Amino acid sequence: MKDMNLSVMRTVEEIDVLRNQAYEIRRKLIVLHARASTSHIGSALSSVEILVALYFEIMNLITDKFILSKGHAVSALYSTLVQKGILSEECLDSYCVDNGSLHGHPDRTMIPQVFVSTGSLGHGLPIGVGVAFGAKVNRDRDRVFILLGDGDLQEGTFWEAANMAGRLKLDNLIAIIDANKLQAFERAANILPIDIVKGTFLSLGWGMKEVDGHNMTELIEHLEAMPFQNKMPSVLIANTVKGKGVKAFEDKLEWHYKSPPIDQLDMYLSELRKI
Amino acid sequence: MRKAFVRKLVELAEKDKDVFLLTGDMGFSVLESFIEKFPDRYLNCGVAEQNMIGMACGLTLKNKKVFVYSIIPFVTYRVLEQIRNDLCYQRVPVKIIGVGSGILYGTAGCTHHAIEDIGVMTSLPDIYVFSPGDPLEVEKILDESVKLELPCYIRLNKAGDPLINTEKTIQDFKISEPLNVSGRDKSGVNIFAIGSMLPVGLEVLKDLEKENIAARLYSIHTLKPINEEAVVKILEQGILTVILEEHISRNNFAQFISSLLVQRRMNKKLLSLSLPDQFIHDVGSQDFIRGKYGLDKNTITEKIKSLI
Repeated sequence: MKDMNLSVMRTVEEIDVLRNQAYEIRRKLIVLHARASTSHIGSALSSVEILVALYFEIMNLITDKFILSKGHAVSALYSTLVQKGILSEECLDSYCVDNGSLHGHPDRTMIPQVFVSTGSLGHGLPIGVGVAFGAKVNRDRDRVFILLGDGDLQEGTFWEAANMAGRLKLDNLIAIIDANKLQAFERAANILPIDIVKGTFLSLGWGMKEVDGHNMTELIEHLEAMPFQNKMPSVLIANTVKGKGVKAFEDKLEWHYKSPPIDQLDMYLSELRKI
Repeated sequence: MRKAFVRKLVELAEKDKDVFLLTGDMGFSVLESFIEKFPDRYLNCGVAEQNMIGMACGLTLKNKKVFVYSIIPFVTYRVLEQIRNDLCYQRVPVKIIGVGSGILYGTAGCTHHAIEDIGVMTSLPDIYVFSPGDPLEVEKILDESVKLELPCYIRLNKAGDPLINTEKTIQDFKISEPLNVSGRDKSGVNIFAIGSMLPVGLEVLKDLEKENIAARLYSIHTLKPINEEAVVKILEQGILTVILEEHISRNNFAQFISSLLVQRRMNKKLLSLSLPDQFIHDVGSQDFIRGKYGLDKNTITEKIKSLI
């Protein structure tokens, strides 16, 4: 268990171990998408370092709660849970196959290791606000980590929930934006520029930081600094690249949908870089 | 019903420290007694109902027993996907309290009418749907609601609904089964009344009895799930079953009963009295609109007499 007030500098070797975890998670999830021929590989790849930082370094896995609001990145979550030893390796065989147990969006009734079922955007933040508020009411020490995508923030519930979190001064809650700049059919900047998102969070009473979402050292440093402002909810804008890790996938809208053909899997895996 | 609701909620909260109340900026002259007594177990979520349902899910995941309060359209239609995904799908037992069933808010217009909610809410899997017919049923349903492992929707009418049950009839209350509120055993006409139509049903029953027509009045306080065997037993005994509901004729309780009759190959007479499948643009009170669409006691009684 980490003491949340004490920031410990990681050595290069320690960070390297985490980078290797991220590499293994990317490998696993690419295989999942190729085998099941499912969408959203780009959205999963952009979130890997964030998940590694949370599950391997930041979260107290007994009391802290994680919500994947961008539920379509679930292959990254499942792969992280396996890499961490929370889910069994064999579990991945049931991903998106007939009679399987892992959906393409997380279902907590099937996988109790997942805290909240998501899939439709704009649901994670309100639920997280409720959990964080419940923890305050109960005087529990839970912290709530919510991973959102660019598209998530376009739902009206973002406004409703962000306002409530600020109003309730939920310093036990952090929203991490996996800002990979591409949504399902458009550049996010053309729909809702990130500056508007940032201004909204700030005006609603949140503490904010911005980070390179693929830089493990920076991610950990920032996440450890939560809450960013005294008695305020925190938001971390993590600038990421959709499809990060395989050049062919990076920053390409079509990899929101496509999956690597199974007969080309080895080729794509050989192109996978350690970040 | 609203008075019974808040009285019972205070009672539950006295016994259970986890009872929690959220409102979408509604509840003037209803919720005050709870708020005064339990200020730390109450939150006005403001006019932001989608967030309110999500929060209710989150609070329940932290072991709270959450009641969510607003006018029916704002805690049903407005938040349908939140109810479906955050509550039903995830089996999170939040209790949704909607007030103003049917055309109670007649003059407020179509945005405030609640005449499709039974169809909408019973279409969802893994939810209980209740429509109590009087304050005693409200109390029973609230008692049950905190024991449920699934979410529930409780559609209430107004403040000052009359008592229809007696101390004796309410003892037979069972979730999912029609409740004979008339104290009559003799078979004849079965009157199934939903929620706010229960007092009208009682008036009809009395008129029929004046003309020596035997009838029994049932409150259909649970619309989902339904104990089909209990319903079939009642249908078998009567010569005619009349269904009274302040709801449009599509996806209403009568459609459920008619499909049940077909499935069971039962040849029984059914009279469904409800509102037409349209928005009620007519301006007027609940009584006025009921009268216009044949949901008043005289029209109902005459239609029944013409069929027996």
